[in-house]
Amino acid sequence: MDIIYLLIPIAIILASVAIWAFSWSVKQGQFDDLESPAHRILYDDDEDMIPEDARQDKDKNRSQDSK
Amino acid sequence: MNAESKVQSSDARQDCFHCGLPVPPGTDYTTVIDGSARSMCCPGCQAVAQTIVDGGLDNFYRHRDNLAPAPDNLTGGAPLDDELALYDNPSIQAGFVRSLEDNRSEATLVMEGITCAACVWLLEHHLSRQPGVESFSVNLTNHRGRLVWDPEQTSLSRLFAEIMHIGYRAHPFHPNREEQLLEAEKKRAIRRLGIAGVGMMQVMMMAVALYAGALQDMESRFVEFIRWSSLVITTPVVLYSARPFFIAAWRDLRTRQLSMDVPVSIAIGGAFLASIWATLTNTGEVYFDSVTMFTFFLLIGRFVEMQARHRTGRAGNALMDLLPGSATLLMDGHEKLIPASELQVDQIVLVKPGHTIPADGVIIEGNSTIDESALTGEYLPISKKCDDTVVGGTINVEHPIKVRITETGQNTRISAIISLIERAQSEKPATAKVADKVARYFVMAVLLTSVTVATAWYLVSPADAFWITLSVLVVTCPCALSLATPTALTAATGTLRQQGLLITRGHVLEGLASATHVVFDKTGTLTEGNLSVRDMHLLRPGFAANPYTIAASLEQPSEHPIAQAFRPFFRQEAQDVRVQVNAGVEGLFQQQRFRLGKASYAAELYGGETPATPEMAVQWLLLADEQGPVAWFSVDDQVRQDAPELITMLHQRGIHVAMLTGDESEAAPRVAEQLGISEVQRGMSPDQKLAYIKQLQNDGASVVMVGDGINDIPVLAGARTSIAMGSATDLAKTSADAVLISGELKRLALGILLARKTRLVIRENLSWALLYNLVALPLAALGFIAPYMAAVGMSASSLIVVGNAMRLARTPRIKPPRRS
Repeated sequence: MDIIYLLIPIAIILASVAIWAFSWSVKQGQFDDLESPAHRILYDDDEDMIPEDARQDKDKNRSQDSK
Repeated sequence: MNAESKVQSSDARQDCFHCGLPVPPGTDYTTVIDGSARSMCCPGCQAVAQTIVDGGLDNFYRHRDNLAPAPDNLTGGAPLDDELALYDNPSIQAGFVRSLEDNRSEATLVMEGITCAACVWLLEHHLSRQPGVESFSVNLTNHRGRLVWDPEQTSLSRLFAEIMHIGYRAHPFHPNREEQLLEAEKKRAIRRLGIAGVGMMQVMMMAVALYAGALQDMESRFVEFIRWSSLVITTPVVLYSARPFFIAAWRDLRTRQLSMDVPVSIAIGGAFLASIWATLTNTGEVYFDSVTMFTFFLLIGRFVEMQARHRTGRAGNALMDLLPGSATLLMDGHEKLIPASELQVDQIVLVKPGHTIPADGVIIEGNSTIDESALTGEYLPISKKCDDTVVGGTINVEHPIKVRITETGQNTRISAIISLIERAQSEKPATAKVADKVARYFVMAVLLTSVTVATAWYLVSPADAFWITLSVLVVTCPCALSLATPTALTAATGTLRQQGLLITRGHVLEGLASATHVVFDKTGTLTEGNLSVRDMHLLRPGFAANPYTIAASLEQPSEHPIAQAFRPFFRQEAQDVRVQVNAGVEGLFQQQRFRLGKASYAAELYGGETPATPEMAVQWLLLADEQGPVAWFSVDDQVRQDAPELITMLHQRGIHVAMLTGDESEAAPRVAEQLGISEVQRGMSPDQKLAYIKQLQNDGASVVMVGDGINDIPVLAGARTSIAMGSATDLAKTSADAVLISGELKRLALGILLARKTRLVIRENLSWALLYNLVALPLAALGFIAPYMAAVGMSASSLIVVGNAMRLARTPRIKPPRRS
């Protein structure tokens, strides 16, 4: 059990590092917009990066149309 | 009625794919999106949709969860470009553009028209593809965009035009002191919340060890060590995160008031000090876990409330929308485009049709009609001739006029209205908060009981006195009591936001729940706020052409609101069109001469009798050719579709409904009759509206005011609860306590229902919290409850209160009107 004399101080140090990192990111403006990043991940604008054979039918048609 | 007109009026109602407005009958604006043709309501929407599709950004339509705003004046063309060109002027850019290294510039813009996250995606992608643009990022929360571009490759005005092409508007953002303070406040709040959250998690883990250790007889040196560790982590949470509560409590005590902050501070401070004492002397119990958890929960509530308040807090830029960016100055016979802010008294400006008048002045040359809807709410323009005064911020409709400026800046009429706001706001009746009323008695009771208990036990058995007094304080900890109101308000605010009613001030829900009167503005609130063609009566059976098309062709060149109503039907141009002020238009359509306008004017063309007007008391326009009359058109400002439903619902719930309008015409009583509103006041100035509301409020009514125009701003500021329409100007929105984002009036009914339910939940919560305290207090005072039991009971009652509040996250259903 004596190990907690080491582990708890380490935990406190880690927590203070976390708080420091958090304050830093707040200052940098990372928390200014809390809404759009949550939506951004849903927008698949990576269609041109998907390999030709892995595309769904609909996407395939479109890429042929545009050619 | 012949077959053709019947087909048109019975056409299935279709909504514009882009903006959701109804598609006018007999029009055909389509864009192919995602492989299928979609109908649009106007050329503006079509142009925007086409630009989006051409740019390969049609994913926008798949991702959006809200309809886009209808683009305005996109067809404006040349004058718009002039206005935008002003943004290339270095003296204007100085205000909002910064130079970066490598010859790049950076500007912060406020974007207008953002409705959902897909808009942000669309804007960012479209702009980033423009040559010369290095990066563009838009913040969905405050609608601000940061643009970095290379001024040598592209100009700022071109980028502004690109933003307009996809249906948004950009304004330069001038940060003022107030904005910077808000920014700093927000960052501090997030930091407080984060520290409380991290601290709470750490202390909770140690609390588990302590509770488990108490059951398994942990060695006391470990217990002591864990307590000291908890103390180290809790200290910053209490000293930094909980500071706003202490500051507010101290302020209240100095002004001899008791608000909820006082018991909250006593609870946090008291439990913290007692825990320190217990740690130092290694006796009793520690409450570090309760302290941090309580602080964290309360901070969440405050944070959500603050975010809602900031959302519309853009007052700094509100005035800018009203006054035009540029003015055409006439000097020694030359025209010169200057920023409107540089205008001086006695200068002469030229105001072209469709342009905003830059400042207050007197007409010295020309006759025209002026759209004063910004001031009076009246949508029909007013005729003005030489020596008449015109007001800055209003719009010149028909002919160019020369204006001698008489007042600028702070002295203009618009500025005077804005100064009315401050007066109205200072006289706004205060809404007493239930929680604060309860808190006053509660704090007194707790303090008295504690003192009594401490004294009694000190006399009976001094050794137990401290710990029993402490458990009394913990049992009566106002956690549940102080969470009762904010959690309910937070949950209800969130639900209403999803439903399109944005609440920006704390008292709105209480005001809505207790509303006895709802007062509406007419134009733009109960009605759509613009003219549209309502009906057509064909007078000559068997007439070959489509009368809508002819009328639209004749009206195409005119800027008059009546002409705007015909715009959706436009197919082909008419020749030789002449506009007669206050009478109508005349022109050649397929080699035939037609007139459209007042009956007497149109009848002159064929020189015969004027046919009898159809019965309805609306505005009728006659279309005639050289042989005789062809058709009657009625134009009207349409009542919003869901307005009757709302009024019926309000009546059913015993709420008085009144309508105040600046409009002096017969339209006011007609709209009121149509909706079943008995109390109507027409031709009212902003002052009179404010006086009317004040009179009601002095008589003890709880008034909800719903409005949208500049002329409504003072009354919005003065009413106990005020709601602005989503289409209102920024200034109206910031003066109001809530904003109806979608413009759907039905949401207001929902708001009132949910507000009443919220009031019920708050009362349930408060009763539960008080009941719990009343039962636990005597037990604790008699020494039956160990402090750790008190802590568990306290947490349980807080959770019950939070759970009850979460019921508000469900949307109430509006019962269909019962037929009696």
